[in-house]
Amino acid sequence: MSAVTTRRRARGRGERSLGGSVLLHGTLIVASLISLFPVVWLVLTSLKPRDGWLSTELKLFDDSSLDNYVRVLTETQFPNWLLNSVIIAGLTTVIGVFLSSTTGYAISRFRFPGYRGVMWMLLVTQMFPVAILIVPLYNLMAGLGLLNQIPGLVIAYMTVAVPFCAWMMKGYFDSIPREIDQAGMIDGLSPFGTFWRVILPLARPSIAVTAFYSFMTAWGEVAYASVFMTGDDTRTLAAGLQQFVGQHWSDWGLMTAAAVLIAVPAAVVFLLVQRNLVAGLTAGATKL
Amino acid sequence: MATSTGRVTGTTRDRAAGAADGARGRGRPKQAGPVRRAVSQYWYAWAMVVPVVVVTVALIGWPLVRGVYLSLTDATEATMGRTIGVNVIPSTYEFVGLDNYVGILTGGLFWEKLTWTVLWTVACVALHYGLGLGLALMLNRRLRFRSAYRLMLVLPWAIPPFVAAFIWRYLYNSDYGVINAMLRSVGLGAVGWLDDPTTAKIAVIAVNVWIGIPFMMLAMLGGLQSIPRELYEAAEVDGATPWQRFRFVTVPGLRTVSSTVLLLGTIWTFNMFPLIFLITGGGPGSSTEILVTYAYREAFTGIRNYSGSAAWGVLILLLLVVMAVVYRRALRKQGEVW
Repeated sequence: MSAVTTRRRARGRGERSLGGSVLLHGTLIVASLISLFPVVWLVLTSLKPRDGWLSTELKLFDDSSLDNYVRVLTETQFPNWLLNSVIIAGLTTVIGVFLSSTTGYAISRFRFPGYRGVMWMLLVTQMFPVAILIVPLYNLMAGLGLLNQIPGLVIAYMTVAVPFCAWMMKGYFDSIPREIDQAGMIDGLSPFGTFWRVILPLARPSIAVTAFYSFMTAWGEVAYASVFMTGDDTRTLAAGLQQFVGQHWSDWGLMTAAAVLIAVPAAVVFLLVQRNLVAGLTAGATKL
Repeated sequence: MATSTGRVTGTTRDRAAGAADGARGRGRPKQAGPVRRAVSQYWYAWAMVVPVVVVTVALIGWPLVRGVYLSLTDATEATMGRTIGVNVIPSTYEFVGLDNYVGILTGGLFWEKLTWTVLWTVACVALHYGLGLGLALMLNRRLRFRSAYRLMLVLPWAIPPFVAAFIWRYLYNSDYGVINAMLRSVGLGAVGWLDDPTTAKIAVIAVNVWIGIPFMMLAMLGGLQSIPRELYEAAEVDGATPWQRFRFVTVPGLRTVSSTVLLLGTIWTFNMFPLIFLITGGGPGSSTEILVTYAYREAFTGIRNYSGSAAWGVLILLLLVVMAVVYRRALRKQGEVW
């Protein structure tokens, strides 16, 4: 009986008509082309000479040169912006993960009075539109003299990072079996001891992923960055890049080179960790 | 369905056991007895939650309260107190009650923007979800080059959104953009993608769909892989057609993950500031301006209308909270917990 079932399954699953295969691969190839094309085009454009982007013809290669890259690194504030972005996103991530890991653990493991309140708080603060916080925060920063200062923007990003990190961490702690906590407690550790000595080391890879994702969030934030950082050398990348394609003057050559420099390292790391990201964002709803 | 319920009850039991080790007995929050007992039982949980609560209250709670207050005043750049050099100019704005809200809700602009924002959100999330699920179903089959496809399809997510926005703006460029170059090369006329309200709207939706599909696809793929194979086998033995297997095994099996990603996706899209801000700047006119970008524009361009912007912000937040509450309630009715 079981042999029959197995054979039926093997046929039902493993085989596909030729037409089906063509259709399947065809769809996936088209989808992949759409997903790759803008990025490929970006790289190709960035390799064209100075005014290569002004061509109205379709040309894949056109006297390839690194001219745009040289210009963006030497003639613009790009290196400054890059440094600002790295510092700001880095600080945001470290502080955010540090503050929120305990909360993630608590809401993953314990049912305490106020639990639902904390869950709601985390969910609601994640959907705060920038519009409602940006004016009070702007006035606050102006009052404290923190406009155009790195700490100012880091504080503003805490409003994004902390709820987000706590939510992600909860998802990861959920995936660590509770038997491990129990073993720690039986061996005489306090709840904090269990968290600090047993769970946190186990969660290290996941912390890295949470950290990376919140880094990316701060890295790509536009609204706060455009308002809080207005000095030419204090901008972050997201705010600075807008300078290359302003209303009156635009240089897409600079823009594409800068975009490649920003996107490639980010994309490489991202692709390495993406499998874990989804699990975290859906907060234990999936088991990858 | 059966699996998800099983998982949830299992989790609750584990949690109960975990809590029982640390603190004897586990009272449900509502039945927590005298204060002292509650404190001795839960103090460590509370202590662990404190840092986030403090930060949230200080950095979100206070500005929120202030934002709500500002929305009830007539504060603009002109009336806001400021310091120029050594001169401190005090604030002169006044409390005006609900005037801002009345003004916004009776004017046509809000409803116009709301309609477009809802349209934008629904269109984007529906396309994200539909296409993401479709691709996930394809990738979940036994397939040659599966990892290669997966990698290529995930790429848009790996590009920071502000970079993606600039890339697409260049692709859409009416003179030098590659899309128009392609149209010309097949003999069609160029289209001013971002110059016409309708095409601009289609253009921004297309970009957001491009960016958002990978996340949905991966989430759905994870969901699909967590559905036990035995269920499909059982269904097959019972003679279910492929459609029936999809309808009665796949769809219920994906429910938990779907509900989470749909909520997340809706919130993200509703608040998707960078794309619209960077691609069209809300234009042409203000036709692609969603609520969030409009409120931002109010606050930081022209004469900065802080109070009006704050009022828009409060309205946006209310919309989102109502949506989340309704959504959670609907889920709870179907048996989801928390």
